[in-house]
Order: sequence, then C-alpha cells, then structure tokens
Amino acid sequence: MTLGPYELNYLILGVLFLMSVAFAVGPLLIAWLITPRKPSKIKNEMYECGVQSETDAWVQFKVQYYVYALVFVIVAIATIFVYPLAVIYKSLGGAGLLFLTSFLGLISLGVGYAWKKGVLEWS
Amino acid sequence: MAIDEGLKSELAKAGIFTITLEGVYNWGRKNSIWPLQFGLACCAIEMIATAASRFDLARFGAEVFRPSPRQADLMIVAGTVTKKMAPQVVRLYNQMPEPKYVIAMGACAISGGPFKQGYNVLKGIDRFIPVDVYIPGCPPRPEALLHALMTLQRKIDGQTSLPTNATVTNRAYGEGSEEYPVPEFGEHDLVPPYNPDLFKAPTLPRTNAK
Repeated sequence: MTLGPYELNYLILGVLFLMSVAFAVGPLLIAWLITPRKPSKIKNEMYECGVQSETDAWVQFKVQYYVYALVFVIVAIATIFVYPLAVIYKSLGGAGLLFLTSFLGLISLGVGYAWKKGVLEWS
Repeated sequence: MAIDEGLKSELAKAGIFTITLEGVYNWGRKNSIWPLQFGLACCAIEMIATAASRFDLARFGAEVFRPSPRQADLMIVAGTVTKKMAPQVVRLYNQMPEPKYVIAMGACAISGGPFKQGYNVLKGIDRFIPVDVYIPGCPPRPEALLHALMTLQRKIDGQTSLPTNATVTNRAYGEGSEEYPVPEFGEHDLVPPYNPDLFKAPTLPRTNAK
C-alpha cells in the first residue's frame, strides 16, 4: 500500500496526536516511576489546610437547599438587570415602565410559583 | 554509578560530554522547586516581593507558589511562628510529598527573633521540622531569600537520590516514615515543647573555673 498526499496528511496528524499524548503522559509516568512513596496518616487526610480534619469527606446535605439557592440567584440577577435600567429610566419614558413591569412580573411569577410549591419553607 | 571525574574531564576535552542520570534528575529537581504558598508574618511581604517582577523568583524556576501542600516541594517558613500556629505548620509539612525542603526565613522562624521571650512564640521552627536553609534578618531582603534558594539548589545538586546509587544521601529516599509528630496544646506550652529527635536544647555547662 502506498501513501498518497491525502493519506500522508492524516499520518502527520496521527504522529502529532501520539506526540501530544506522550508529552502529557510522559512526565506523569516518569514521576510515577521515580517518586518516593511515603504515605502516612496525616498525609492521607482529605483536608489540606493545616487544620485537623474531622469526620468523613462524604457528608450528606439537604438537596432542598439547591432549589432555594436557585430562587435566590434569580432574584439576585434581577437586581443586576434593574439597576442599569434605573439609570436611564427617565429617558425611556413609557416603554421603560413597560419593560420593567413585564420583566419583574415574569420573575415574580416564577418566584411566586416556587413559593406556592413550598420551596421556601424549611421543615 | 557515578562516572570518574578524571575520565569525565578527559572526555570533555575531546568534545564528549557525559552526564549521569542522577545529574539530570537533580538538575530537574533543583530548577523546579515549587514553594508552598504560605506566609506567617512580615517576612511573607518580602517573600511576595521576591516572587514579584522586581526580584523575579521565576528566574530560578520557583515562581509556582502552590496553594496545596500536596503539590509543593519547599516550605518557606516566612515569619513568626506562634504556638497557636506551630501544629498547623507541622501538619502542612507532613502533608507535603517527598522530597521536601524547608527554608526558615527571618529571625523569628529561626529562633523566635525579637519575640523570643514572648509567651506565645515558638523559639524556632527547627524544634519540630528539619530546616535546610536558615536566612538571618528581620526581615531578610528578597536578595537574601534568593540566596537561600540558590543555596538550596546547591544542596539538591549534591544529593544522591536514585536507588542505583550505593549511598543515598537524600533523606526522602531512605527507608522509614517521614512523619513528624504534631505538637498539641498543653496546659502551659506545646506538648512536646520540641521534637527530641530533631532538636537538642542548648545547655550552658557550669565550670568551677577560678
């Protein structure tokens, strides 16, 4: 089988691919080969800020908080949009009022729905 | 398996340069010392200055300050080590992978410095962890830290690490654990006040000289 110029281009690509893999994996492999391994109790601890770690890394937390945080993010982002609008509010005239009320209305619709569903209540 | 020095220079005259595996290894290690990003007091400001553009620690390959001990080779103890902080320093040192080095920067890290008589200051970090290079000064200038780094590079260059060598001088490659006991808070002082394997309290011998 002879390689034409078209196949040769793909050969170059393949060689480059292999080189890039070797470039990334090589140092890791060398380090793995020559590194001294001295595991100890403190070294294997999961927390690495100097403070003694307590309990396990696998802790449970309430998944309900996720929805709560999401609603908070919606309201927080709403302020980012409303502030610039407030700066040029007078020059916008009647259209500004329409924009603002429809935007805030949509958001309060969503937050109101979440509220009705009981997301904001902790039990 | 080091090559004979005489043969090496003889070959060099003929234009043949030889290098040992150990030499390549140490060359790589000494030019990529990653310090732990960890400052304790005012010496840390000098350390920051050393890392910044004017003094440029990057010239020595040591600009990569790591925020995690897992990725660091060098601990620069930059500043006063209070007794509250000492257990954390020792724990961080224990969490660094071998081979690891320590530079005690400034009078406080060496001996407690101007706060030596203070009730809450550790009188030198070498009471708990082995120090490779001491930098005097209060605080030492960035040039002094650079000099300490170069001294450490010389030390690394002289170490033998590979198992092919008959005598391994690098402590990290020897047998045994490298964990140093972390002191705890006692009633009056840290318990133990120092690591007896590392530090020997200086004693003044009394003589009856007339």
